[in-house]
Amino acid sequence: MEHFTPITSSLGGVLIGLSAALLFGLNGRIAGISGIAGRLVEKVPKGDIAWRFAFLGGLVVAGIGAAWLVPETIHMGISRSPAALVAAGLLVGFGTRMGGGCTSGHGVCGIGRLSTRSVVATLMFMATGAATVWIIRVLFGGVL
Amino acid sequence: MIADAKPSLSKTPVFVAGVSGLLFGIGLVLAGMTQPSKVVGFLDFGGDWDPSLAFVMGGAILVFAPAQWWIRRREKPALASTFSMPPKAHITKPLLIGSSLFGIGWGLSGFCPGPAIVSLGALLPEALLFGGGMVAGFVLFQWVGTRAGIETKKL
Repeated sequence: MEHFTPITSSLGGVLIGLSAALLFGLNGRIAGISGIAGRLVEKVPKGDIAWRFAFLGGLVVAGIGAAWLVPETIHMGISRSPAALVAAGLLVGFGTRMGGGCTSGHGVCGIGRLSTRSVVATLMFMATGAATVWIIRVLFGGVL
Repeated sequence: MIADAKPSLSKTPVFVAGVSGLLFGIGLVLAGMTQPSKVVGFLDFGGDWDPSLAFVMGGAILVFAPAQWWIRRREKPALASTFSMPPKAHITKPLLIGSSLFGIGWGLSGFCPGPAIVSLGALLPEALLFGGGMVAGFVLFQWVGTRAGIETKKL
């Protein structure tokens, strides 16, 4: 299927950890992306908006740079219909707000500070994610 | 002084957030998280399993865990008045249900929020569709969640 990439994946992880440490150590904020983005559709105080856009802007700039310099790194590699993608987005948007975090907020930052909630949340989304992938492979031949 | 879920507002330096986001995005790209096939390969425990993403999480936690421990020994963050931290305990129904729904969407697409936003920057068509759904999901939760009195905590 895919090549196993322990070195680049570990290095990428280290950068993610450094980024989260920077945001926490300097700004006192947890680098949880669903929370940073999701709260923008709510009424947040005026001074609580700009840093969210700045963080998300950093992510977008990374994507622009990657598309320019290493386009092969931004690549689906699996076959999904537009309907499946929109449905997946809805589930991820709704689910991460309801569960109070995603892979970054719960999976990295929460586990990193030994939060019971985050350990439980991570086990839950890993389990349902694995079950979903299994169902798509076994019942739909990996295409949806 | 460690305050739970009390955001520091106006003093939050915006440029630090921008640098942090850029670093986070580069990390996601390098890690392979912007390739949904790798994410699905990681979640496919019963199939041709690709353990790479365990190294992403491992690397990130190995750096963040000691860093946050050291940071929290200080009274406050370097550039803000308080630490803003979500609660650690309280396993609630919204936590379990929400995380389960998130996992289904993650397995279905191979996208979680960060890599999806990075891929939006690259104008990946699939990320545009996913991103539209995700924003609609945020808005939907804001309606339904508030009406049903579901707790939504600050991150």
